[in-house]
Amino acid sequence: MRLDFDAASARHPAARASAPAALEALTLSVARGEQLAVIGPSGAGKTTLLHLAAAALRPGAGSVRIDGRQPWDLPTGELQRLRGHLFLAPQVPPLPPRQRVVTAVLAARLAGQSLRSSLRSLLYPTDIPGAEAALARFDIADKLFERVDRLSGGERQRVGLARALLSRASLWLIDEPLSALDPTRARQAIAALVDEAASRSVTLVASLHQVDVALERFPRIVGLRAGRLAFDLPAREVTRELLAALYGSEFDQLDAPLAAPAGFDAPTEAPVAALGCR
Amino acid sequence: MANAAPATTLPQTRDPAWLGRVFWFGAALALLWPMAVATEFKPWLLFAPESVEATLRFGASFFPPALGSEFLALVARETWRTVAIATAGISLALLIAVPLALASTRVLSISALPGRMAAGPFVLRQALRWLLIALRSMPELVWALVFVRVVGLGPTAGVLAIALTYGGMLGKVYGEILESGEPQAAQALLRNGAGRLQAFCYAVLPANAAELVSYTVYRWECAIRSSVVLGFVGAGGLGQQLDNSTKMFAGGEVATMLLVFMLLVALADRTSAWFRRSLG
Repeated sequence: MRLDFDAASARHPAARASAPAALEALTLSVARGEQLAVIGPSGAGKTTLLHLAAAALRPGAGSVRIDGRQPWDLPTGELQRLRGHLFLAPQVPPLPPRQRVVTAVLAARLAGQSLRSSLRSLLYPTDIPGAEAALARFDIADKLFERVDRLSGGERQRVGLARALLSRASLWLIDEPLSALDPTRARQAIAALVDEAASRSVTLVASLHQVDVALERFPRIVGLRAGRLAFDLPAREVTRELLAALYGSEFDQLDAPLAAPAGFDAPTEAPVAALGCR
Repeated sequence: MANAAPATTLPQTRDPAWLGRVFWFGAALALLWPMAVATEFKPWLLFAPESVEATLRFGASFFPPALGSEFLALVARETWRTVAIATAGISLALLIAVPLALASTRVLSISALPGRMAAGPFVLRQALRWLLIALRSMPELVWALVFVRVVGLGPTAGVLAIALTYGGMLGKVYGEILESGEPQAAQALLRNGAGRLQAFCYAVLPANAAELVSYTVYRWECAIRSSVVLGFVGAGGLGQQLDNSTKMFAGGEVATMLLVFMLLVALADRTSAWFRRSLG
């Protein structure tokens, strides 16, 4: 799926009218099958960007087109059908605590599924092998019939990501997929997302706090600062200076073995999440 | 800066919330006083010698409870009828309440996803809320008096009366329970293209099932008590027997039936606790 932001501005729906917009006049195009990481300090507008792309938030000015269509001009039914082709994974996985993992994961299939077959799946899960395979990509297949509230934070996050693999969406918008994962799991999770997206030619936009993971696994990096586009470059052209300017005073917390600015190629044994600024 | 001259500023040792608390306490008293006057609230009358004597006489007539086998059989039959009235009434009330709650709750609104609900859905939800208010603002006793005229004396009037009033109450509280939970799970499904009923079954219901069931069981308990009052106006069940026995000053019979009520309420209490444990 293709994404086109044209001078799009947006503010949080609960924000006061006088508050500065969370995202200001952003122009950006993402081609079908492209993989893109959005980085930037907290409050830079990464989540707002993903919400705009997911037709979850209406731009206050400018426009966001999804596959050339303006979602907000569509009638509600048509908009819901379009949303069925998008998958937005929030940072905190939205899983009901009393639900079993298998049901929570299969909920990704609801879009485009008839009400009758979704109800039948509540009675007896329709695609247990599919759910199992998706969970196995994140190494939590053993939790298939566990209840969500028995999982740790990291396990919940991986269940939330496994939903993406089951959805029929052709655009994945993933918000901070690694925030609760340890370095090994983070490496595994991002590999699963990137590889699956590539093999299905799904467009992948992920916001990341782990700059080294972003540089290593994503060909294109978008830097956001204070709601504005700071840079939009191929990963190998992102220099230490650009990152220092992007993160400002936060950059000291990002002290990590950033290799030579150009042609950054981390050895596979390197701790991946060491860069996470917490 | 505040810390620049610590020697000259006294540390604040008074609780700044104290004055506000005193004010609201006084305001509550000032509001309650006229209400006590309006309701002729004179609790000391309860302890006047003639009141105490009347109370004791009434209480003494309860003992011993009537335990004749014929009477017990009658009580068992009427108890069963009371439970049936309450259960049938609640079931019909669910038919009213569930669709109205689903249609009026904000959590399942697709148009409210980007922030504000659109005008059409907002007006529709408000209209359904008004319908729920209309249903429950008429006490079941009034509905029962109406239905006794329409369908005649008997349990049917009680069932219909409970169904309408309780439909309104259940619908309102169901809607509030659904809105009080965390909306993220439902929002995420709706944002990914799921339908409202799908989002309800996969996100809202699992999060709120225990509260919904426990409230429903509590309402069933209320319906049992309510059916007693309805029995007094001829809607059948244990209430009608209670009315007869009271009128004939048969204190023992009244005592037996009150004991049965206590058992029913205790049973509802246990059922609710069991549901909460198994769903929680």
